[in-house]
Amino acid sequence: MATIAAPAVERENYLNTDFRVRSWLLTTDHKRIGILYLLSITAMFFVGGFAATMIRLELLTPAGDLMSSDTYNKMFTIHGIVMVFFFLIPSIPATLGNFLVPMMIGARDLAFPKINLASWYMYITGAGLMMYVVLTGGVDTGWTFYVPFSSTYSNTHVIAAVVAIFIAGFSSIFTGFNFIVTIHRMRAPGMTWSRLPLFIWSHYATSVIMVLGTPVVAIALTLVALERAFHMGIFDPRLGGDPLLFQHLFWFYSHPAVYIMILPSMAVVSEVVSTFSRKRVFGYAAVALASIAIAVLGFLVWAHHMFVAGISAYAALVFSLLSYFVAVPSAIKVFNWMATMYKGSVSLATPMLYAMGFIGLFTMGGMTGLYLAALGIDVHVHDTYFVIAHFHYIMVGGAVMGYLAGIHFWWPKISGRMYPEAWGKIAAATIFIGFNLTFFPQFVLGYLGMPRRYHAYPPEFQVLNVMSTAGASILAVGYVLPLIYLLWSLRYGEVAPDNPWAATGLEWRTPSPPPTENFPETPVVTWEAYDYSSVAEVPVAR
Amino acid sequence: MAEHVVSRKTYIVVWIALMALMVLTAGLSRIDLGEWSTVVAMAIAVIKALLVILFFMHVRYEDQKITWVVVIAGFFWLGILLALSMTDYLSRGYLGVAGH
Ligand SMILES: [Cu+2]
Repeated sequence: MATIAAPAVERENYLNTDFRVRSWLLTTDHKRIGILYLLSITAMFFVGGFAATMIRLELLTPAGDLMSSDTYNKMFTIHGIVMVFFFLIPSIPATLGNFLVPMMIGARDLAFPKINLASWYMYITGAGLMMYVVLTGGVDTGWTFYVPFSSTYSNTHVIAAVVAIFIAGFSSIFTGFNFIVTIHRMRAPGMTWSRLPLFIWSHYATSVIMVLGTPVVAIALTLVALERAFHMGIFDPRLGGDPLLFQHLFWFYSHPAVYIMILPSMAVVSEVVSTFSRKRVFGYAAVALASIAIAVLGFLVWAHHMFVAGISAYAALVFSLLSYFVAVPSAIKVFNWMATMYKGSVSLATPMLYAMGFIGLFTMGGMTGLYLAALGIDVHVHDTYFVIAHFHYIMVGGAVMGYLAGIHFWWPKISGRMYPEAWGKIAAATIFIGFNLTFFPQFVLGYLGMPRRYHAYPPEFQVLNVMSTAGASILAVGYVLPLIYLLWSLRYGEVAPDNPWAATGLEWRTPSPPPTENFPETPVVTWEAYDYSSVAEVPVAR
Repeated sequence: MAEHVVSRKTYIVVWIALMALMVLTAGLSRIDLGEWSTVVAMAIAVIKALLVILFFMHVRYEDQKITWVVVIAGFFWLGILLALSMTDYLSRGYLGVAGH
């Protein structure tokens, strides 16, 4: 099959089938819903990014001079809530996952297309309410909503913020069970469990966490609202409650939530590393089962956030030990990706640059997580910038890098256009440099004892903070670049062939962009996952 | 997979049982049972939940193993939440609290 020039009359696809706004707002096409989510979470990313900018500007100088401490509290709270609940949690599953899960298993759509649309409306309702909170005075509890501050003392919009997250939680649950049912029941003939792309295994594991974890945080936050509004005695000791109960319930979800963010990125990295090494993923079964192991073990470690909160020393020992266990499946993945690249035919296209960035930065984030799981070290660095640096290496260095790898990798399929490769590489390098300059100094700051969540700090910390703010400016440029050139490519980009990377997934064996029904006829799978001989005849675009 | 048809009578009987249990909960809340009040209230709540799950959610008529896997997983995860939280609450006297 030779590369076919763009046909004079455009083929009918999911994008050009109907241009009316109504056809988008009432669509049940998983691909269009993925696009709706893509637009919404991008908007929320820039809201969260604005708050981050204000934080970094305030920390440019030791004195709290740009804004009051109360405003600063609201800024980091908005940054945390928006980035965690309205960007990272839905980032890959609701966009790429929505688009790709049915395509990769050879299905026409998700099992429950209307619930999929409902999930987006839930998200929009939650996000809209959150924006109302932001615009009418904000909330200052930190994204963690710790009691008794949130339930008794804060004078900001705690209840509205909690309701917004509660509603958005439903969108997550809807997405999760939709994926689970789809993966169980809608695989094409021949698509056995052992032939599933690792993207699917990771999304399956993610969905399990979404379905089993989200209700717990929803209830925990509801209880905060009930105590605040009606003085029900749940967390306040004066009313017979227990303040640590909130932290137990909150982290039961919010630690696994980190895996909701990172597992889908791992899903992308498995596909990208294999495709750009032209090799089957080393140890397919181990990588697949590592996803499930992470989903299960991730639920057994939550109290590592509470070592200095007053939990029993015995419980601290148990949770410290269990936290170490999660490192095992994560390490299996990292080593297997490296073994996949070893002696592979590696090409450094933009998605591969992001994937390699992911592997390095995720490893640093994971290893510093082990520092924090160690009881003695945690007492020293708890609530310092060391923790901030650690989880940004996981969530930004890991999750966001994986997200960008995926957006670039599947951009030809989603949009039907190629992104400009040179600009892609420049942006990837800018983000990598900006990221490290922003967050590496924060490890040092934290180790030296700079606490998180203060708008002023001793003058000796200024040099490292200036480095961090400088890095954040570079990072911001790195994030705006893809926004510009991806939009540019929609009109001026090279027309994408069906399979520009000569990848093996079913999504590459159908036109770019795909027709509404995904495949002209139901595919029958006769090859194993990542069998590059099954696409040998397809030329690589570059 | 044939949809199991449940008779209207079954639904009505279960609904009456749920209403009766609700009245029982409300009534018992007015009597001081001391330590037992929580136990009794929780026991009634569990029975109500079981009725809803088994009859209204059709789990009782489901012969697909995967349904049972989902139901059991849900309760297993609830078990994780309770059991690991209890490693904290039940062991507060064992080794003292860090830093004190
Ligand atoms: Cu954690």
